[in-house]
Amino acid sequence: MTTMLTNPAATVGVVHLTYREAMRQAIREAMLRDDRVFLMGEDIGHYGGCFAVTKGLLDEFGPDRIRDTPLSESAFVGAGIGAAMGGLRPIVEIMTVNFSLLALDQIMNNAATLRHMSGGAVGVPLVIRMTTGAGRQLAAQHSHSLEGWYAHIPGLKIVTPATIEDARGMLWPALCDPDPVLIFEHGGLYNAEGDLADPPPVVALEGAAVRRVGTDVSIVTYGGTLPKVLAAADALAADGVSAEVLDLRCLRPLDTAAIVATVTRTHRVVVVDEGWRSGSLSAEIAARIMDEAFWELDAPVVRLCSAEVPIPYAKHLEEAAIPQVNTIIDAVRQVLRDDG
Amino acid sequence: MTAKRASKVTVEPVTVEPVTVVVAERPDDERRLAWLRQMLFVRLFDERCVELYSATKIRGFLHLCVGEEAVGVGVISALRPDDNIVATYREHGHALVRGVPPGAVMAEMFGKREGCSGGRGGSMHLFDVDRRFFGGNAIVAGGLPVAIGLALADHLRHTDRVTVCFFGDGAVAEGEFHESLNLAALWHLPVLFLCENNLYAMGTAIALEQSETDLALKASGYEITSWAVDGMDVEAVDATTRRALATIRGGGGPCFIEARTYRFRAHSMYDPELYRDRAEVEHWKERDPLTVLGDRLRADGLVDDARLAAMDREIADEIDAAVGVGEAGTDEPVEDLVRHVYAEVVP
Repeated sequence: MTTMLTNPAATVGVVHLTYREAMRQAIREAMLRDDRVFLMGEDIGHYGGCFAVTKGLLDEFGPDRIRDTPLSESAFVGAGIGAAMGGLRPIVEIMTVNFSLLALDQIMNNAATLRHMSGGAVGVPLVIRMTTGAGRQLAAQHSHSLEGWYAHIPGLKIVTPATIEDARGMLWPALCDPDPVLIFEHGGLYNAEGDLADPPPVVALEGAAVRRVGTDVSIVTYGGTLPKVLAAADALAADGVSAEVLDLRCLRPLDTAAIVATVTRTHRVVVVDEGWRSGSLSAEIAARIMDEAFWELDAPVVRLCSAEVPIPYAKHLEEAAIPQVNTIIDAVRQVLRDDG
Repeated sequence: MTAKRASKVTVEPVTVEPVTVVVAERPDDERRLAWLRQMLFVRLFDERCVELYSATKIRGFLHLCVGEEAVGVGVISALRPDDNIVATYREHGHALVRGVPPGAVMAEMFGKREGCSGGRGGSMHLFDVDRRFFGGNAIVAGGLPVAIGLALADHLRHTDRVTVCFFGDGAVAEGEFHESLNLAALWHLPVLFLCENNLYAMGTAIALEQSETDLALKASGYEITSWAVDGMDVEAVDATTRRALATIRGGGGPCFIEARTYRFRAHSMYDPELYRDRAEVEHWKERDPLTVLGDRLRADGLVDDARLAAMDREIADEIDAAVGVGEAGTDEPVEDLVRHVYAEVVP
């Protein structure tokens, strides 16, 4: 398990900013630190970024390093792979996870496999950023959570920054990593605000983090559902239930030790995952708990996932399709009732 | 070396009748002999692979380039050592011409640790980073986006290195082909798209898979300088490649060459060849690239039966040595199974 590697002595101040601004600062810092870093993707330059993450960067860094691409996900993701093989450190932005499926050949058949197919000779130090998740009434082709799918693939590293610190800090270690790293940014997080130490804390790419310490139950989650889980934990605390919240941060490699550790402390687990339930990351987590911490459990693992339906447009249906604070509270109450 | 004189090479530019281009300087005899030897080496190497496949030394898919040797030889021999190559799953010849040691290629097909990909890739995934040979890619058109990325890296670093990307006519129907040509032209990337048009996408004839069968014409629609060339004539392939490389290095942006060629043998060892007539294959064999060049070299007094027989013997010995490397190769320990998935040293 990894917690923030902040050195309190080095903290000279605190700034208040959004997740979006934190991500933009991370890109800007990387561009300034390493001239091999460049960014390419759809509408990242002249438009300013579909989610405004890259606003202003074209003016500062110019069109060679902030490259607007045609709507050719396969070509520009593959170009990122080739440029990484050629010695650069590209950041490729894909507008949403659903669009990444157009580049799945490059991500799966090239980025994830070239090192292996070449007997270790070819590395692909590429970073791909993309938006994921539901909650904005964008319907069934802009709202899915497929990071669990990607976490299935050996050769990739999958990270899901859920906090301002991770939005600011995870990009640099991702760029330093010799293998392809996919960063999933939940669309519901961009406007999240928070305080950040200045200078910003150094964070690790891999490893889960305990976001709230508790004794009665562990809630394991990641990405866009973390704020909901923390809100649920607050509400449960008011009722005398002490919930520990584990933010996975990195879905591949998965921090099994941190999962086992929290189970060992609380003996009851709820996994909250905005992905679908069948064949999912939540299933993998439950299976690992069975493998390595079965005798620590006082109750069966409870999973709260998205309903098995493409995300609908209608607001009430979309809300019902994905985990919410009240359904997280219900899931916790269920695992507390269960005596196994 | 004979005196330099102009030689005539037929190059077919897009949409007009074939014209004869006068190349300022005829390739010297050494290069012409080298091409013949390289083509013969590739031919005999591939034919030995068939025997080894039958002997179950080589398994999996095995795609031979018999009949298509003039393309890989003509293109790759025109490159600089620092140029990049992205190839397809039919790439033994390309790797050999690039200088990947034949023993390392053979050991790879034997699945041995001494193989050029450590035995992890096999026939379809030959790699040699030192020779900037970035693999056989076995997803049709999957190498094109990677190639433009390699070219993008060179473009951003202001080198005059060129990336050559090989693919077949089947790739021209893939979205990745069109995305990649558009992006390369848009960004003016130093890449040579090299289409080895052997008239069949596996077993589907080009007329059944392309709305426009003039593939160079199709490519020219992306504002890419494009040529069609006789892919059975290594001298024509060489001349066209040199023009393309000069264009690209001179800042002319990407180029496209459609090399019209033919596969004499089956698509892979699994192919019963139900889709074409034997007569068609025999007709194309009259244009065997070894004969096309060999006849010219005979006429110019550069080779004769004795010289060719000696060349055959030398090559057979070299291939024997390569097979020896494969036979002597060692198995990677099973304990190492999950290696080469991630870097072993993370900075």
